[in-house]
Amino acid sequence: MQKGSQSFKFDIPVYIEQTASVVGEKESEGPLGRMFDVVIKDPMSGKDNWEQAESALQEAVVDKLLMKTSYKKEQIRYILSGDLLGQLIATSFGISKYEIPHFGIYGACSTFGEALSLGALIISAGAADRLICMASSHFASAEKQFRFPLEYGNQRPKASTWTVTGSGAAVITNERQPVAITGITTGKIIDYGVKDSMNMGACMAPAAADLIVANFKDFDTDEKYYDRIITGDLGTVGREILINLVKEKGYDISQIHMDCGIEIFDPQKQGTHAGGSGCGCSAVVFSSYIIDNVRDGKWKRILFIPTGALLSTVSYNEGQSVPGIAHGVIVEHV
Amino acid sequence: MIRDVEKRNKNYNAYVEQVTPKASCLKNCIKAFITGGAICLFGQILIELFKNAGMAKDEASLWTTICLVLASNILTGLNIYPLITTWGGAGSLVPITGFANSVAAPAIEYKAEGEVFGIGCKIFTIAGPVILYGIFSSWIAGLLYLLAKLWM
Repeated sequence: MQKGSQSFKFDIPVYIEQTASVVGEKESEGPLGRMFDVVIKDPMSGKDNWEQAESALQEAVVDKLLMKTSYKKEQIRYILSGDLLGQLIATSFGISKYEIPHFGIYGACSTFGEALSLGALIISAGAADRLICMASSHFASAEKQFRFPLEYGNQRPKASTWTVTGSGAAVITNERQPVAITGITTGKIIDYGVKDSMNMGACMAPAAADLIVANFKDFDTDEKYYDRIITGDLGTVGREILINLVKEKGYDISQIHMDCGIEIFDPQKQGTHAGGSGCGCSAVVFSSYIIDNVRDGKWKRILFIPTGALLSTVSYNEGQSVPGIAHGVIVEHV
Repeated sequence: MIRDVEKRNKNYNAYVEQVTPKASCLKNCIKAFITGGAICLFGQILIELFKNAGMAKDEASLWTTICLVLASNILTGLNIYPLITTWGGAGSLVPITGFANSVAAPAIEYKAEGEVFGIGCKIFTIAGPVILYGIFSSWIAGLLYLLAKLWM
């Protein structure tokens, strides 16, 4: 059922059957390190370049997911996946061998939320019984595409975030399971004119705030409805801004807000500054830490909001700002 | 309406500026001084060694430059130079070793895209502007010098 201006409530819930996560060495050394399914210690994943290394993460996560569910690839109707690289090459070369019908999607670091939203809509429309939602990012391929070669010495500002090397994936289905997607709120592109690409938290926070307020309005509720509101990769700077922006609209989320980017790294020990980022950040944290807590019933209902900074080096060099987007998914223990 | 958005963006950017943590300028300057100073000291030691070995001053300087660039390239290849810059900032970016790092780094990174379209096209992605505008400004300076000489 359509709710308000930008939300959808699933009359029959869509269920999350299983998840899998693959991360790099740095992520495995972070506070959530022991929760991830697979750790690939070699940053190159045994491949020749960074792009192939990221593809290997996607390949490994699908492999793990199929193993955990014991499904054959033919039993997966679609795979919805994306990454940060131009033309989604990490995805194309990562999942081609599985020969599963594929929708490639791009929502910058919000891709996993976009995949879950679209996947849930496809299941609820009856277009598939079972599909995979997935996203990945790799520190080195992202640095190469958006910033500088890794071997180039430069100083990262304190507000900057560290791209997570990892891939997270979920099998969603119409068969009853303990974890369900019960609603979604789709984000708008929100541009507050921030031009600092090294402060992505500030670029994305307005989009996350807009989405949270829209979700409350559309579902005619407030922050008390959720046990946790979990954003993707705002980092410490973005979190502070988000809480203030939402407070201006009359809601206090400071007690229940969490950010995957803040959870995944220890900034003091790991030198990651404001937190983790990238499509992989929200995807791996959701596929491990978050899903475990919802499955165990520790959190009954959460609003999961992967956030994306729609950054391109071309538009950036042409003097444009960095707009933000966020995708909200209501996940419940049922 | 458009004015409202502009005002909102301006206020928001001012607010972001306020909540964004900044690096301590004094601390950065001290670190840069130590790092840059150490590189220069190393260079000076090399010059003295070459001079003691019987080279003229110009020749000693030339060999020192070559040695510094070589050292920087080796450290870049071993992935040590970026660590030095993370700590030392401009102290290791400004000397000739930083320039060597900015050329060697893309060469390593883009090797995977081939000798022509990878290394060939992208080796100067960082150093390119310095080379272009460096040569251009020296050309302007040369022209001014010539004009000044004709005038006087």
